Amino acid sequence: MASHDHAHDDHAHGHDDHHHGPEKGIMRWIKTTNHKDLGTLYLIFSFTMFFIGGLMSLVIRAELWHPGLQFVDPEFFNQMTTLHALVMIFGGVMPGFTGLANWMVPMMVGASDMALPRVNNWGFWILPFAFTLLLSTLFMPGGGPAGGWTMYPPLVLQTGEGFPFLIFAIHLMGISSITGAINVVVTVLNLRAPGMTLLKMPLFCWTWLITAYLLIATMPVLAGAVTMLLTDKYFATSFFTASGGGDPVMFQHIFWFFGHPEVYILILPAFGVVSTIIPTFARKTLFGYDSMVYATASIAFLSFIVWAHHMFTVGMPLAGELFFMFSTMLIAVPTGVKVFNWIATMWRGSMTFETPMLFAIAFVFLFSIGGFSGLMLAIAPVDFQYHDTYFVVAHFHYVLVPGAVFSIIAAVYYWIPKWTGVMYNEFWGKVHFWLSAIFINVTFFPQHFSGLAGMQRRVPDYAVQFVDFNMISTIGAFVFFIAQFIFIFNMIACMARKGQKASDRVWEGAHGLEWTVPSPAPYHTFEDPPRIGDAELAAVHDSGAGYSDHKH
Amino acid sequence: MNEPNAPSDQDSKRHGWRLLVVVVAMFGFGFALGPIYDALCKVTGINGKTSGMVADANALPVVDESRLVTVLFVTTVNGGKPWEFRPEQSQVQVHPGQLTTVNFHAKNTEDHDLIAQAVPNVAPWNAAKHLHKTECFCFSNQPFKAGETKEMPVRFMLDPALPADVDTVTLSYTFFDVTESAQPAVPPRKEPTQS
Repeated sequence: MASHDHAHDDHAHGHDDHHHGPEKGIMRWIKTTNHKDLGTLYLIFSFTMFFIGGLMSLVIRAELWHPGLQFVDPEFFNQMTTLHALVMIFGGVMPGFTGLANWMVPMMVGASDMALPRVNNWGFWILPFAFTLLLSTLFMPGGGPAGGWTMYPPLVLQTGEGFPFLIFAIHLMGISSITGAINVVVTVLNLRAPGMTLLKMPLFCWTWLITAYLLIATMPVLAGAVTMLLTDKYFATSFFTASGGGDPVMFQHIFWFFGHPEVYILILPAFGVVSTIIPTFARKTLFGYDSMVYATASIAFLSFIVWAHHMFTVGMPLAGELFFMFSTMLIAVPTGVKVFNWIATMWRGSMTFETPMLFAIAFVFLFSIGGFSGLMLAIAPVDFQYHDTYFVVAHFHYVLVPGAVFSIIAAVYYWIPKWTGVMYNEFWGKVHFWLSAIFINVTFFPQHFSGLAGMQRRVPDYAVQFVDFNMISTIGAFVFFIAQFIFIFNMIACMARKGQKASDRVWEGAHGLEWTVPSPAPYHTFEDPPRIGDAELAAVHDSGAGYSDHKH
Repeated sequence: MNEPNAPSDQDSKRHGWRLLVVVVAMFGFGFALGPIYDALCKVTGINGKTSGMVADANALPVVDESRLVTVLFVTTVNGGKPWEFRPEQSQVQVHPGQLTTVNFHAKNTEDHDLIAQAVPNVAPWNAAKHLHKTECFCFSNQPFKAGETKEMPVRFMLDPALPADVDTVTLSYTFFDVTESAQPAVPPRKEPTQS
């Protein structure tokens, strides 16, 4: 099982003479076009937003500790649920994945940087402004948006003076993710090192490539939808105003035409991360590489034809309900292929359970629970009961927190030794994992029950029979939130270079170009296209030597 | 994609611009979804909007006396306004093909003039395109003086082609305050009521 640690280190060292380092001081970060700097900025931004969004979720959970109103008034509660979602989705998860793409995609395909570095810089620096606009609405007359992150009219049109700020913030977030997506597509398609054909790319690049296409196709549609909201409110158009001939239901169609691909935008890069980590710690090649690629592409395609399952209750023709029900259920097939492949990769592998692997396994297990509750929601007749209840809340938090967020955490643990040259503290990593894994379930599992029993989402008050479930949920949320500081301090220690020196390969079973450069990765890597060794390529693809090597 | 041997900066930029064209096209597509949606709903009636007037009152179809369909009326005032708005009968039984008139009573209980617009909707969705109106207060804006009361007729007919499984049709009206957006100078909008 000894891996190919020394295969290409010599060659990597050869090219890594530092031509010029980064600028000093704050201007380095403002002017940088370096993919590693921008990746770091994206990740720091993402975790800042996770913190802010997390605080908002604690306001929500504190209010729901008991029925009745105790800490905040209902209007503010609704602002919290709305902003929590917008901040977590557009500020936390999406920039988190873009940060990982910035760091890893060029290194994985053997490119010296992203293809459009200045666009990259612009894409990042839009974000702080976007979220300043969004969060500033909290201090405006009328408060922040409170109609839910889906911004359904006519309710959202009642937002106070913060309304245009909400719309322009969404526009800016959209521009930022589109620039990131264009960069990933161009980098992956144009800048791969010689010898790296598309079907030999690491799976993380594949899932991000497909995610990028989803972003390019759907973010402009969201931008269009919110622009229509803006003109409806201020310029007397009637896209969604019934009294002027519009139809508010049309907004839901347009929104979810974006919104459903969006949920795959939030999870496909996670699939890529997990498909990278599990083979490393199972010390086997990924089972069914090709089927993973095709499954990802199928999920992306299907995501465009299932949107109306979010709106079964608007009064659709039966044929429509059936179509959206069955097409939604069809997504379980490629997703099942993926889960099967992850498990088959672990099957009879020489597994070890370092922190990234623990998070990846928890991802497979808990994401599947979220997937199953998604299947339940896909059943149109029962969705009438589940719609807008805490069952939905439990479902999407299971796919987003132990799904997308766990994968970002796993990825950071997995690659931070490469980024900083220092191993994180494994003991505290494991403590962080167990606290997170336990308390995320304490938080969200009871919500399945309260939802099935009829507790509505987005309401600060609830019937007394739900008190126990809500108290459990609130305890879970607070402990989970506090546990994340273990992670933050662990990572800060790495960034301060405090800890054990990491080797270039870092993990015994790690393969791929990123592990052939020194740790920490030099400021400039692959200035000249690398020659890719068989070990790195074969280890990615299951038809290669990696597997037979193990089987011996 | 070809083997990317030493691609130039130019290639990347060109590729970037091409993707930007896709972005712009998708932004346009978002707006195009509006007309597409309207057209689709017009053909199928799935959003419950009613079909147009019967143009020629003399060319009415034969009354199908073998069927009796219940038509229920629902009235709503949007946005918590205190106006009175109700049908004189909450339901009627009609034969398909038979012209029926129902009066609606509305009163502006506020102390200022206003302009209201009623928006009709029909359930179930597959009855929407078979409900024809020859006269309706929803065809145009309704100005109300402060405290004014109006009796407003709706003259409608169910098409004999109404699907056989439909035995109850609900016709709902929502009254919107359009005083700000529809000053009397503006001619009554056609789209809302006729589509």
